[in-house]
Amino acid sequence: MSNTRTPLVEMRDISIAFGGVKAVDHVSIDLYPGEVVGLLGHNGAGKSTLIKILAGAYQADHGDILINGEKVEIRNPRDARAQNIETIYQTLALADNLDASSNLFLGRELLSNGLMDDAKMEAETRKIMGRLNPNFRKFNVPVSALSGGQRQSVAIARAVYFNAKILIMDEPTAALGPHETQMVAELIQELKAQGLGIFLIEHDIHNVMKLCDRACVMKNGQLVGTVKVDEVTDDDILGMIIMGKKPAKAA
Amino acid sequence: MTDTGQATTAPAAKRGIIDTLELDVRLLGMLVAFAAIALVFTIWTGGTFVSPRNVFNISVQAVPVAIMACGMVFVIVARQIDLSVGSMLAMCSAVMAMSQATWLPQAMGLEYGNPYILVITIFLGFAVGTGMGAITGWLVGYQRIPSFIVTLGGLFVWRNINWYTTNGQSVSLTDPHLLMFGGTEGVLGAPVSMVLGVIASVAAVLGLMSARRNKQSHGFVVKPVWAEGVMMAMVVGAIMLFVTWLSRYPVPEAKLKRLFEARGEVMPDGYTAMHGLPISVIILIVVAVGMTVTARKTRLGRYIFAMGGNPDAAELSGINTRALTVKIFALMGFLCGLAALIAQARLQSHGNDIGMLEELRVIAAAVIGGTALAGGVGTIYGAVLGALIMQSLQSGMAMVGVDTPFQNVVVGLVLVIAVWVDIIYRKRMGLTK
Repeated sequence: MSNTRTPLVEMRDISIAFGGVKAVDHVSIDLYPGEVVGLLGHNGAGKSTLIKILAGAYQADHGDILINGEKVEIRNPRDARAQNIETIYQTLALADNLDASSNLFLGRELLSNGLMDDAKMEAETRKIMGRLNPNFRKFNVPVSALSGGQRQSVAIARAVYFNAKILIMDEPTAALGPHETQMVAELIQELKAQGLGIFLIEHDIHNVMKLCDRACVMKNGQLVGTVKVDEVTDDDILGMIIMGKKPAKAA
Repeated sequence: MTDTGQATTAPAAKRGIIDTLELDVRLLGMLVAFAAIALVFTIWTGGTFVSPRNVFNISVQAVPVAIMACGMVFVIVARQIDLSVGSMLAMCSAVMAMSQATWLPQAMGLEYGNPYILVITIFLGFAVGTGMGAITGWLVGYQRIPSFIVTLGGLFVWRNINWYTTNGQSVSLTDPHLLMFGGTEGVLGAPVSMVLGVIASVAAVLGLMSARRNKQSHGFVVKPVWAEGVMMAMVVGAIMLFVTWLSRYPVPEAKLKRLFEARGEVMPDGYTAMHGLPISVIILIVVAVGMTVTARKTRLGRYIFAMGGNPDAAELSGINTRALTVKIFALMGFLCGLAALIAQARLQSHGNDIGMLEELRVIAAAVIGGTALAGGVGTIYGAVLGALIMQSLQSGMAMVGVDTPFQNVVVGLVLVIAVWVDIIYRKRMGLTK
């Protein structure tokens, strides 16, 4: 990636503390269009917290967020959505008692004459699910009745449907089987080709090497370093995660 | 039921009659229970239980609890509880009683019974109810105090401000315009009721047809025409039976004579008039339909259910759950005001103990009607049916001479059994929630 272009997202010097514990400590990361940036680190390293600040779930105590070079205020998830930032949470954030289309359009329901147009929303859901997961059939049951993979595809559909420019994926393959993992990998490649920027939180180092262009490693709330994935080995990245040491040769 | 509405052309498996009609099994269960109760008491009382007069009385008596139960469905679906509804009803009733009998006549120099006074009074009562609910909602939503605590406090606070407002005295209410809302004093008569029944039937049929067309326009499978016809026939039949039945309850002759005398006329010989639909029941129907539309077809309703299913997901979807909490409780408060108007009009007075223990009946009606205390699940029609079931039980037991303590014992048991049966049903059907 050439650094002369304006980054899609730039998070500058972000800090947040919860009751004295510095969950994120002066971290700066950026993301360019058509790029996948992996976020790595142990549990509790601060990856999810950092990303929740971008998604509007938390507000940073300190630091700036720039979208396309312009400073923006993201105070809540609505603000994030207004900036075309979509998030697939690790917990999926689905309302279990509602069906797939209600979840997909939650907060952005299609209306006709001021009332919700359920048939239209279901038709749109069938269209997008036909593309993402053609085996998906259970449109009229609460999502609590779906398998892990089916739930995941509902959450992914929700993020993709609304023309996201910036996509945050928090361990999107954690609950998936090999076949579904492959489908997510293909989807990431496809979205990348469309020019989306993707933040990918991922534990599996092989997925990172395969899917990401760059990797940011965090430890104890601090950024250990950002490396280009094709310039390092997986051992280098593991070293960063475990030891908190940046490999000497990396950029 | 998992394959309903699938975009395939031929239904693969044979489907049972209940599936084909797309009937809600839970609703069906409640209707069966309701019918069983009615049948037992009808036999026991030799038919008096289903007489037009008793059906009329049960309907009128159930209205305040049923109206509040509609609001309670939203509260419970959103994973909250409101223990203060009985006290809020009393508070609204106290304000309305004092304002029409004392405050406004003094302040405006008008006589008691002037229609302007009643209009302002009703507005005031609704405003007080909505305000009390909004305060509850703010404390729960923005200050994060558990609703159980806030409304338990509210139960004491509003009950006793009500006491203070009226000095603990009963206020007798005689304004005929007010009494219209109570039931027997405010009926539409047979002809108007029948016309309304026909209009409602036509509206129901048109509604079912437009829902079907909307589904078809998106290429979804719809139920067979005969099944649609059966549904329409059942709905129309229920509406018309209810209206016809109430239109067979005659107004007592002595009362008719009084009405004619009040107008300075003489009642012709052999003149009769029927009660027909009470205004209070029409108000309940309007509330129930309005709340059902809100629950199913508006964003507000969708967000309430989403918040009940997963508060975090609702929040992350950009829903302002705090403001939503205020709206839910404010709506509950407004409905308490409406219920207060109907309750005081029916009793023709405001008593210090009006609405006492109603919170328990309201919650019981919602729960018997299938609202899950865990949140996310509940229907308005279920709650109304729950209120009717409880009122029928109490009325029937009173008719056959069961003592009041045992009436309450039975209502309590029915509440527990209803939830128990529901849990067994869910287990059998493999539903987790």
